[in-house]
Amino acid sequence: MLTLPPFEYHAPMELADALALLQKHAGKVKLIAGGTDLVPNMKHRLFMPEHVVGLKQISELNGVRGEGGFLVIGAMTSIADLARNPRVALLFPSLARAATAIAGPQLREMGTLGGNLCLDTRCVYYNQTHFWRKALGYCLKKDGTVCHVVKGGQKCVAAASNDTAPVLLTLGASVELASPNGRRAIPLEEFYVADGVANTVIEPNEILTKVRVPIPRAGLVTGYQKLRIRAAIDYPSLCVAVAAQQQADGKLEWVRMVISALGSKPHTVKRLEGFQGRALDAATIAELGQAAHRQCHPLTNINVETGWRREMIPVFVRRAFAEAMK
Amino acid sequence: MGVFGRPEKQLVALTVNGERHDVALEPRATLLEAVRYTLGLTGSKQGCDKGDCGACTVLIDGKPMLACLSLAIEAQGRAVTTIEGLAKDGKVSPVQDAFDVCGALQCGFCQSGMMLSATALLAKCEKPNREQIKDALAGNLCRCTGYTQILNAVEVASGQRSVAERDERPTTQAQAAAK
Ligand SMILES: Cc1cc2nc3c(=O)[nH]c(=O)nc-3n(C[C@H](O)[C@H](O)[C@H](O)COP(=O)(O)OP(=O)(O)OC[C@H]3O[C@@H](n4cnc5c(N)ncnc54)[C@H](O)[C@@H]3O)c2cc1C
Ligand code: SF4
Ligand code: FES
Ligand code: FES
Repeated sequence: MLTLPPFEYHAPMELADALALLQKHAGKVKLIAGGTDLVPNMKHRLFMPEHVVGLKQISELNGVRGEGGFLVIGAMTSIADLARNPRVALLFPSLARAATAIAGPQLREMGTLGGNLCLDTRCVYYNQTHFWRKALGYCLKKDGTVCHVVKGGQKCVAAASNDTAPVLLTLGASVELASPNGRRAIPLEEFYVADGVANTVIEPNEILTKVRVPIPRAGLVTGYQKLRIRAAIDYPSLCVAVAAQQQADGKLEWVRMVISALGSKPHTVKRLEGFQGRALDAATIAELGQAAHRQCHPLTNINVETGWRREMIPVFVRRAFAEAMK
Repeated sequence: MGVFGRPEKQLVALTVNGERHDVALEPRATLLEAVRYTLGLTGSKQGCDKGDCGACTVLIDGKPMLACLSLAIEAQGRAVTTIEGLAKDGKVSPVQDAFDVCGALQCGFCQSGMMLSATALLAKCEKPNREQIKDALAGNLCRCTGYTQILNAVEVASGQRSVAERDERPTTQAQAAAK
């Protein structure tokens, strides 16, 4: 049995009220969306907020709609609704695929897109009961002073493990963050930072309200591949998301690849400008795979062999493009 | 705050299996703790208590969800179905009947969750194929059966397999035909 620590619960109907509660109880409050990440973490005493603010009643955080040249997805949209949304499947097959690959059916009904983007990073030395962590002497991310993954390391390298983040990065998405001072929209590319303790720039007084994804032009192809131990339910050991904009003649205008579940931040593969103007053929895809492979170095932050996770990168790049061009 | 600095219990109105229960709960009570230890409905099992196993699966507004990760207080105003709610007028549901005749259980610990996931599947898809059944039950782990009898039971419950052939493994033709 894993009991939750005690807290007071609030269920505001309006976003403004939720923001006011965050302000009022600053430092002692957590938001709960689907709860599928927060509840196990609280049961493990990784968080012990005195106040928990539920977002389920706030209707403006729900729903998927078109707005100008964007598809706007509310933060409280469930992963299952995202996975079965026909517009998402049509416009962004890689996003639908990533959503379908998250956890098992019950967790997809409960979990939300906002919660997925704000998912806490994961580590084999962190996602454990208090008893377990105490026996080990804790670690940098929570209550301790050392890292058990990187000996002598001063920075937590727990793994970004959310499936939608790498895909939305390849799609050029942005997120809207609301605070008592107003709203700001930031590209997802600037949302994640390389710090395993808190890998996003979201402030404690902010709520992620929606995700904006630019509606693609003709010629955009997208793909997503995920490595996991049990193909039906597990967190990723490696995520590979790809997107390529092809011109009418089939030549590449740009190509993006994001590799995740290795370090604390989803890694956007750098220096791909040279691929502009090339055909997306087997030789190009093999080179893209090598480029990604060179830039990624998995750590022992999760209990899956690092060699396997690294060697699967070019394989998944190939499979992701094969799927993209089907 | 109540005594010992704990938040006070609150009156929570739960609708479980069509019946309304007004119960006093701490905000931190999970839906699983509420149905098992406050309402005494112990059919929902407490396995891992952290989202891994599916033994605690209940239906919330018809959708399969994990009671161990749900706050009871957030289930207010929603229809909760536990395994105790599947039988109607003293008669077991087709899913329960099929699990029984197929011997789709050994220790039984996973069964209530399995049957609720299967019930949710059949409510939205009358004749699911083998792949769809596997997908729908992916979040329910079973230590004992090896799953074959369970998948067969869902096919029996949906009228796609006769009880006489309940033990047969799916043939390649049967799988192809189902697709
Ligand atoms: C067994 C198991 C397997 C899983 N497998 C996967 C997997 O394969 N892939 C995957 O990506 N995830 C997986 N998950 C994690 C989780 O189910 C999903 O990531 C889910 O989408 C999280 O959303 P949530 O609404 O439940 O988040 P919550 O738990 O409600 O919230 C997570 C965090 O985000 C914060 N938060 C939530 N919403 C907002 C918001 N709108 N604004 C600001 N902060 C917010 C919360 O305060 C909390 O800190 C798994 C979980 C379990 C238990
Ligand atoms: S990477 Fe190091 S500091 Fe971070 S959670 Fe793991 S052991 Fe702790
Ligand atoms: S007890 Fe809820 S998933 Fe295991
Ligand atoms: S019958 Fe024992 S866990 Fe499934």
